[in-house]
Amino acid sequence: MQALKRQNIESSRRSNGQEIHVGISDCKVARQPSHLVTVALGSCVGIALYEPVMKVGGLLHIMLPNSKQFPGTVKPAKFADTGIPFMLLEMRRAGARLSHLQVKIAGGAQMFSGRNNNFQLNIGERNIQAVRAVLKQLGLNLLAEDVGGNRGRTMGLDTSTGQVMIRTLGSSVRLI
Amino acid sequence: MLLEENDMYFDALQELSNIGLGNAATALADLLNKKVEIAVPEACFVDLEGIMAKFDDLGELAACINLEVQGDVRGTIVFVFTQKSILKLIDMLMGQEIGTTMELDFMGESAAMEIGNILSGSFMNAIGSMTGLLLNASVPMFAFDMVGAAFSSSVLASGHYDEKILSIDTMFYQAQEQIMGHFFLLPEVGCLDKLFESLGLLAC
Repeated sequence: MQALKRQNIESSRRSNGQEIHVGISDCKVARQPSHLVTVALGSCVGIALYEPVMKVGGLLHIMLPNSKQFPGTVKPAKFADTGIPFMLLEMRRAGARLSHLQVKIAGGAQMFSGRNNNFQLNIGERNIQAVRAVLKQLGLNLLAEDVGGNRGRTMGLDTSTGQVMIRTLGSSVRLI
Repeated sequence: MLLEENDMYFDALQELSNIGLGNAATALADLLNKKVEIAVPEACFVDLEGIMAKFDDLGELAACINLEVQGDVRGTIVFVFTQKSILKLIDMLMGQEIGTTMELDFMGESAAMEIGNILSGSFMNAIGSMTGLLLNASVPMFAFDMVGAAFSSSVLASGHYDEKILSIDTMFYQAQEQIMGHFFLLPEVGCLDKLFESLGLLAC
């Protein structure tokens, strides 16, 4: 897994301004010029880290708040509590100075309507709360966010500028 | 029990799903008062990440209908129809010419949920009568948005994210029209044993 991540970073360094796709339960780190994109965040939360001096960016797509309920888990990027520290390590490895990080988050929507009471409508909100708590614990300040609501989002990070782009279906692109 | 593809249990589960979906197509035909055929080309057993990798475009607009399975077997059923397919289905249901419904309004949403009710109800009846188990579906939950966002949220909210998902791509045919649907069954761990037991595949 570590080897795979290293490879991802290596290949993204070579990609020269290309778009790098970040899947669900996935984390990628890249230097400029490149564009990290994660498509279709629903109740999941996307976390973008950017270091403006070295121009290194990272994007993480977490699914769930807490890994503690899943003792056998092998995928740190799946959870807020393990994913964010994992991304910090990858950022440092890529040469980022951790004292200079800009943090932006998006996602955590509640997209469903209907009357099944067993359906956990608040999973998006729980993800947002968990991400905020982990960031606080690690001493990272949240610079901007686009969270909640009822629409799915696509999130992109430009590693040349640190700008985060949010796209929802049927509305214009939002920059944060 | 650990389920892997290509083993006896996977085959049994796929066969059960084929019968269930066949029954669902019949119910749809009754509803539309037209002949409906069904093809079940592909089934696989994968985790959530695997399914997300299977969608061509995660950002594509789609209707996602989520039903909780209750009774002797517990789990979740999810239907996904692309925008084009759900609009066609609604036109068929309303007895309108295909292409009449251009966007999903409140009426369309109710029609889509009703389609989900009918498909899942007949699916579970077929499995119930084959196994002698009692199965019910909850009221449907509905979303119409990016397919990746809606599907992942639906799996997470149903609480079955740590389990493998039986995924079947289905094509319904009505006259010249094709309706592409994705059908997902997320059985709660342990419940599968009950299903296999009832089929005589597992010693009690």
